[in-house]
Amino acid sequence: MKVNKVYSYWLLLPAFLIYALLFLYPTAVSFFFSFTRWTLVDWEWIGLENFIMFFEESSLMIGFKNTLIFAVLTAGLKVVLGLMIAAFLTSQIKTKKFIRSVVFFPVLVSTIAVGITFKVLMHPSEGLINTALSWIGIDGPSWLGSPSLAIYSVALVDVWKGVGIATVIFIAGMMSIPKDYYEAHQIDGGTKFNAFWHITLPLSRPAINAVILLALIGGLRTFDLVWAMTGGGPGFSSDLIASIIYKQYQAGFYGLSTAGNVILFILVACVVYPVFKFLTRREVDL
Amino acid sequence: MSQQQVEMKQQHVESKQLEAGKQKRKKNLVLIIVETIAVLISIVTFIIPFYFIIITAMKTGPEAARFTITWPTEIRLWQNIIDVFQARDYMLVTAFFNSTVITTSSVLILAVACSMGAFVLQRRQSKLIGWLTSLFLAGLMIPSAVVPTIWVLEQFGLFKTMPGIILVMVALSIPFCIVLYTGFIATIPKEIDEAAIIDGCDGFRLYFRIIFPLLKPIHSTIIIITSVNIFNDFVHPLYFFPGADNATVQLTLYNFMSLYNSDWNLLFANVLLITIPPFVLFLVFSEKIVAGMTAGSVKG
Amino acid sequence: MKYLRKNWLFGLMVLFLFLLAACSSGDSGSETTSTGGSDNSSDSENENEERTVTIQVGNSETAQLQFEALAADIKEKYNITTKFDWVPTGGEGDNLVKTRLAVGEMADLLVYNSGSLFKALNPSEYFVDLSEEPFMERVVDTFQEATSDESGTYGVPVGTSLAGAIIYNKAVYEELGLKVPHTWEEFIANNEVVKEAGEIIPVIAPYQDTYTSQIIFLADYYNVHSENPEFAELYTTNQAKIADTPIVRRGFEKTAELYEKGFYNDEASSTPYTKGAEMIANGEAAHFPMLTSILPYIQDNFSDSIDDIGVFGVPGDDPENHGITLWLPSGLYINKDAEDIEAAKIWAEYMVSDEGVQTLMSVAEPVGPPVVEGIELPEDSFEAVKETMTYIDSGNVASALEFYSPLKGPNLEHILIEVGLGMISAQEGAEKYDKDVEKQAQQLDLEGW
Repeated sequence: MKVNKVYSYWLLLPAFLIYALLFLYPTAVSFFFSFTRWTLVDWEWIGLENFIMFFEESSLMIGFKNTLIFAVLTAGLKVVLGLMIAAFLTSQIKTKKFIRSVVFFPVLVSTIAVGITFKVLMHPSEGLINTALSWIGIDGPSWLGSPSLAIYSVALVDVWKGVGIATVIFIAGMMSIPKDYYEAHQIDGGTKFNAFWHITLPLSRPAINAVILLALIGGLRTFDLVWAMTGGGPGFSSDLIASIIYKQYQAGFYGLSTAGNVILFILVACVVYPVFKFLTRREVDL
Repeated sequence: MSQQQVEMKQQHVESKQLEAGKQKRKKNLVLIIVETIAVLISIVTFIIPFYFIIITAMKTGPEAARFTITWPTEIRLWQNIIDVFQARDYMLVTAFFNSTVITTSSVLILAVACSMGAFVLQRRQSKLIGWLTSLFLAGLMIPSAVVPTIWVLEQFGLFKTMPGIILVMVALSIPFCIVLYTGFIATIPKEIDEAAIIDGCDGFRLYFRIIFPLLKPIHSTIIIITSVNIFNDFVHPLYFFPGADNATVQLTLYNFMSLYNSDWNLLFANVLLITIPPFVLFLVFSEKIVAGMTAGSVKG
Repeated sequence: MKYLRKNWLFGLMVLFLFLLAACSSGDSGSETTSTGGSDNSSDSENENEERTVTIQVGNSETAQLQFEALAADIKEKYNITTKFDWVPTGGEGDNLVKTRLAVGEMADLLVYNSGSLFKALNPSEYFVDLSEEPFMERVVDTFQEATSDESGTYGVPVGTSLAGAIIYNKAVYEELGLKVPHTWEEFIANNEVVKEAGEIIPVIAPYQDTYTSQIIFLADYYNVHSENPEFAELYTTNQAKIADTPIVRRGFEKTAELYEKGFYNDEASSTPYTKGAEMIANGEAAHFPMLTSILPYIQDNFSDSIDDIGVFGVPGDDPENHGITLWLPSGLYINKDAEDIEAAKIWAEYMVSDEGVQTLMSVAEPVGPPVVEGIELPEDSFEAVKETMTYIDSGNVASALEFYSPLKGPNLEHILIEVGLGMISAQEGAEKYDKDVEKQAQQLDLEGW
C-alpha cells in the first residue's frame, strides 16, 4: 500500500495525457475508418471490404515474406554488431572517440541522401562495391536491380544506417554497470573475454532487451529506406507490408491503407508479444 | 569487509599484477593490431559513403548528376553552400530556427515526462500498470493517424502552432522513450528507493532527487536519439505545422529535388549543412554517456 | 547544492510547460485578430493598397523561376504581395494537397496537376468556378475540360502542354541512314539496325526513376484514341478492360517487345533518367521514350547536342496515321476560402494574359504546344518542340488517357517495370493493371464498379 503511494500515478500523468490525447485517441478514431471508404472528408461504411481487399493485394505475399526477412535480418545484425562495437568502444582503446563518431554519423544523415549514395555505390558496373570486388576477381551482382537480391541489399544498408543507435544504447547500458563488478572479476583472475560473457552481457540485458524490441518492431514497420532505394522494386520484388500500405495511402485509398495499418499492427503484435514475454521472463530470473 | 580481508585482497591483486605485467607488452601489441583493423574497417564501411556525399556537395550541377566518386574537376563547395542558404528566400534559415525550437522543446519534455512515467511503470506492479505498459508499447507498432490528430489539435486551438507540433512530436516519441527508460530504471536497485522512503522522501522527491540524476547516461542517449529523429522528421511538421513560414530542415531538401530536374550538388550541400547540428549534439552528449561511468551513477 | 540544481531544473520544465500553454492561447488570439482584419480589407478593396495572397506550389527549380517572376510582375502591376508555400512534389505532395484541403488549410492559390489527379480532389467542394470569367475564353477547350467537373471549370494553365513520345538522336539516325518510322514495324526495324551496328543502345529504359516505365504505354494513347475514341468512356464505366481490348493492350505489348528483342540498355533498374538524358544527348543511345519536359534538362547540361534531339509519336500500325500524345500542363486553382478571392483572380487572369505567358516563356522555355489562344511559340524553340507542332498542325494529336478518364491505377509504373524487365508477360501485366484500376474505381466510388 505504502509503496504504491510513493510510486504515484501523478508521475505518469503528463506522459500519459499527451500520449492519450495526441496518439491513442486519434489512432482509435482512425481504426474506425478502416471499416469505411474514406476520402478524409466523407466516409461510407463498408464493413470488412477494406480488409478483404488488402488481403487480395497481389504483392501481399511478397511483402509479407520480405517484411519478416527484413525485420529478422536487420534486428539480428544490429544487436550483434552493436554489441560488438559497443564492447570494443568501452574498452581501453585510443581511437574510440573517432570510431564512435564514425559509427553514429549515418544515423544523422537523411534517408534520401543515404538512398542516393548507396544506389551509386551499388551500381552493378560503375559502383564502387563491384569495382572493388572485381579487383579480387569477383563478378559482383546487381545489388538493387536483381529481384531476388534487392531486399537483402537494402537490409544491409539499413543496418549500416541504424547500427549507431543500437551501439549508443549498448554503450549507455555498459556504462551503468558498476565498476566494482569488473574489479572483483579482475581480482578473481578473470580474463577480459570472460568479463564480457559473465558481467557485461548479463548486466546489460535491459539494454539488450530494449534494443531487440525496438529493432524488431522498427524492422517490421519501416520502409523509408526501401522507398528511397528501390521504391519496392524492381516491380514489386522488394515491397514490404509497410510500403504496400504507403502506396495505398499515396493513391488516396485512405480507408484501405488504414485497414492495412490495423493488419500490420496485429502482425507486429503477434511477432513481438511472445518475444517481449520471453525477454522479460529472463529479466525476472536475473 | 574486515580489515584483514581487505589486506588479503590487496596482496592478491599485487601478485596478479606482477604476473600480468609480463604479458602486458604482448597484449598491447595484439590490442594495437585489433584497433588498427577496426579503424580500417570503419574507414572502408563508414567513411567512403561520406566521402561520396562530400565530393558531390563540392561539384558543379552537371558533374554531380553523373554520380561518380571521382574528385571534382572544379571545387565549388562554398558557392554551393551560399546557393543553398539563399534558395527560396533563405528558407534554410527559417527552417534551422523552427527545427531547433521544435527539437529542443520536445526533447526536454520527453526527458522529464517519460523518465517519470517509466519510473512508475517499472516500479509498480498491478493489472492497470500492465495494461498501460502494453498501451505504450502499442505506440511503437502503429503509425500516427494524421487527419484525426489534426482534428484534436484544432479542438485545442493548437493546429498550425509551434506548441501543437511540439506536443505531437512528443506524443509520437513517448513509446520509444518509455521503453528505453523502463529498461534502464530496472537496473537501479530498489534498495535505493527503500532507503529514501525510510528517510521520509515522497514520490516526487525520490524521483527528482535520487532517480533522475542516476539516469544520466540514458538521458544523454535519449537526447541524442530523439533529437536526431525529431530534427530529421519532415512528414509530421509538413502536416501538423503547415504554412509559408513554417519550414523545417528536411523540407529544404525538396528545394533541389523534382521529378525532371534535380540539383544534386546543392542537395548534397544541403544534406551536409543540416547534418552538422545533430552531429555537434552527438559529440557533446556521447561524451556525457561515457562520463556517466566516472560519476559512478549506480554506485552512488 | 545538488538538490538545488535539480529543483531548478524541475522549475524550468514547469515554467516551460506553462509557456507552451500561454503561447498557444496567444496564437489563437492573434488568429482572431487577423480574421477581424480581413473584414476591414474588404472595405478597402477598391483602393489600390497592398494586398496579399498565399500560393502553394510544388517545389522545383523551374517552378521557382516561373512563379517568382510572375509574382514580381503582379507585385509591380497590382501591388499584390505573394507569399509562397513550397511543398514537395510527387506522391508526398499529392497527399499533402488532399490533407490540407480536407482540414481547410489550403493556401489561397494552388498549383496542381490537371486531369485525373485533379478530378480526384472533388473540385466543386474546394475551388472557385472560373467558367464565367472572361479571361477563360483564352484557355483552349482541352485544358478547360481537364480542369472541369459537372458544376464548373476551375483552372488556368501553368505553361505549355508537353508531348509523351519517342525522343531520338538525329545524328545517330543520319550516321546509320535511318528515317523517322511511321509504323511500329518500321520502328522495330530501325532498332534492329541500331543494335546490329553495335555500340549504340537502341532504346533507353531508365527504370531507376520508376515513372519512366509508363511512357510507352501512355504515349501510345494517340493510336488507341484514333482507332477507338469511345474507349475512355467505356473504360471509365467498366464496360471495357485493357487486357481485353487489343489496341490498348498494344501499349503493354510494345513495352514487352522491346525487352524481348533486347533493345533496352542493360542495368535498366540502376539507370536514372539523368543518365538516359546523357546517353541520348551524346548519341550513346538512339531512342528515349520520354516526356518532352526533359528538353530543358538536356539544354542545361548538354547544350551542344540539343539541336540533335528530335521527337516522334509512338508509332501505330497505319503509316498514314502517325500522331502524338499530349500531356496538359498543371493548373492554377483558387481556394473557395481564400481571404481575397479578387486578388487571387487577378493572379489567374495574369497567368493567361499575353504578358503573363511571355514572362513564363522567358524563364522556362516551352516544351510543347501552348494552351492559351493566340500564343505563338518563339522562333528559337527547341527543335523537338517544333517537330511536335507539325503533328498539331496536321491534327494528329490526342491527350493521354488520364485526361479523358479519372482512372489511373497507382501501380502502373511498377507493373510496367515488371513487363519491361521480362518478369511477367504483357498479357499478365495488363490483367494485373486492370485489377489495380478496379481497386481505384471502387475507392473513387464510380458508377458501374
